[in-house]
Amino acid sequence: MKLTIISKKTNLWLATAMMLLMATALYGQSATAVKYFTRNASASFFSEAPLEKIEASTTSASSVIDMATGNVEVAVLIKSFNFKKALMQEHFNENYLESTKFPKAVFKGRMPEFKSINLTIDGKHTAVLKGDITIHGITKPLETKVLIRSEGGKIFAETEFELIVADFNISIPSVVRDNIAKMVKVKLKAEFMELKKT
Amino acid sequence: MKKILLFVMGFAGVWIGTTPLMYAQDDLLSMLGTDSSEMKKEPVTATFKTTRIVNFPSVVNTAAGVLDIKIGHRFGFVNSGIGELFGLDQSTVRLGAEYGVTDAFMLGFGRSTFEKTLDGYFKWKIFKQTRGKGGSPLTVSLFGSTALKTQKTNNSDREDLFVNNLFYTGQLILGSKITEELSLQLSPTIVHRNLTARPSEKNDVLGIGAGGRIKLTKRLSLNGEYMYVLPDQISSEFKNSFSVGFDIETGGHVFQLHFTNSTAMIEKGYIAETVGDWAEGDIHFGFNISRVFNLKKK
Repeated sequence: MKLTIISKKTNLWLATAMMLLMATALYGQSATAVKYFTRNASASFFSEAPLEKIEASTTSASSVIDMATGNVEVAVLIKSFNFKKALMQEHFNENYLESTKFPKAVFKGRMPEFKSINLTIDGKHTAVLKGDITIHGITKPLETKVLIRSEGGKIFAETEFELIVADFNISIPSVVRDNIAKMVKVKLKAEFMELKKT
Repeated sequence: MKKILLFVMGFAGVWIGTTPLMYAQDDLLSMLGTDSSEMKKEPVTATFKTTRIVNFPSVVNTAAGVLDIKIGHRFGFVNSGIGELFGLDQSTVRLGAEYGVTDAFMLGFGRSTFEKTLDGYFKWKIFKQTRGKGGSPLTVSLFGSTALKTQKTNNSDREDLFVNNLFYTGQLILGSKITEELSLQLSPTIVHRNLTARPSEKNDVLGIGAGGRIKLTKRLSLNGEYMYVLPDQISSEFKNSFSVGFDIETGGHVFQLHFTNSTAMIEKGYIAETVGDWAEGDIHFGFNISRVFNLKKK
């Protein structure tokens, strides 16, 4: 083994240098990266079928935006969705979304033109968000426009998009065909705060 | 007694193995640390599809502000032959309604054609099964019912006093949704009759019921229930109640199709007055229909 040639002293020196290098690299990253987060974003969906309107919402979605890379992630707990009708909520969790098996809906994506957005200055922006959404264990590409407003260190974001129920391997039995729409409108609204590293 | 003990032990054995839920962390989102909403204890829902397994009250309650209209129907015994179209010529019906006062407390009443009996009851969910960190494996409910037989007793020896026609039932229901597919419950029960049909019978009848369901598909489940009545309490002509059936769920309806040896659909009847013997083919085909209405918006 060639490694054994290096003396113990050099070995120690090398290790120290490596650690220093890593530390500076990490430090550099956290200094430039500006991340924003929320734990209580509101998410809601709405669908209208001939016989029934289905509406549900939650205010416990979480999200992180990394302005250094333009990466965005959103997660919503399926069980947190609140319906007006208790039985609808039960069926949503039990029969359609199977929330015990698939507890979360997750979006992971990027804003390609993030460099032209400076969130440290108050202002309004429209950005395209591109990525993948995973619901009920199925991942599908998603592209949506996001309205972003920065004001006094806080970031407000809003988006709306449509999802096709069948895309996510959620089957609608023929007996309730007129009760459940094939298309669902989803709305997300969030107030982000700066993520400060401890 | 040994039988019951074995039974309880077997039941408890199945409970072990309820696994806590684990959540995978995401890259950026993991910076938020452990999400408090994910750690939260979640009450378990839909242990059974409706408030009854077949005849037994299940640990499920109607939600607050929800009215559940129940239609129960039992045909005659299937062994009654072609002359009776295998029991289809006869019928016993119970019409009922249940209402969720809160998510944990419900009231119900009904009227059965069998002995023209009225029944009123409550079910109170004292303790909820929860999943997540620090979750508990059991739902505990208390069920109490009063039944009034309004059919006149043709007994010239005795005056037909109002109190003679009253029956009470108290039941503790211990249930668990063990997996998404399997739910089980135990129901220690006491039935009190103000007046028994024969002097040899006890006024208080103790029994222990067990019931469960296996979900076959998302909207179809196989249900079963058995009531073990402790010995030397009721006349030997009476059998233990045993029922098997399917729950079929379609949106707001639950259809329950089943086979049972009990004619009555209320506690004092199926626990203490079941005459049918499965071995003899004294089996009723029957169904329950449950339809829910939202009276109050959340």
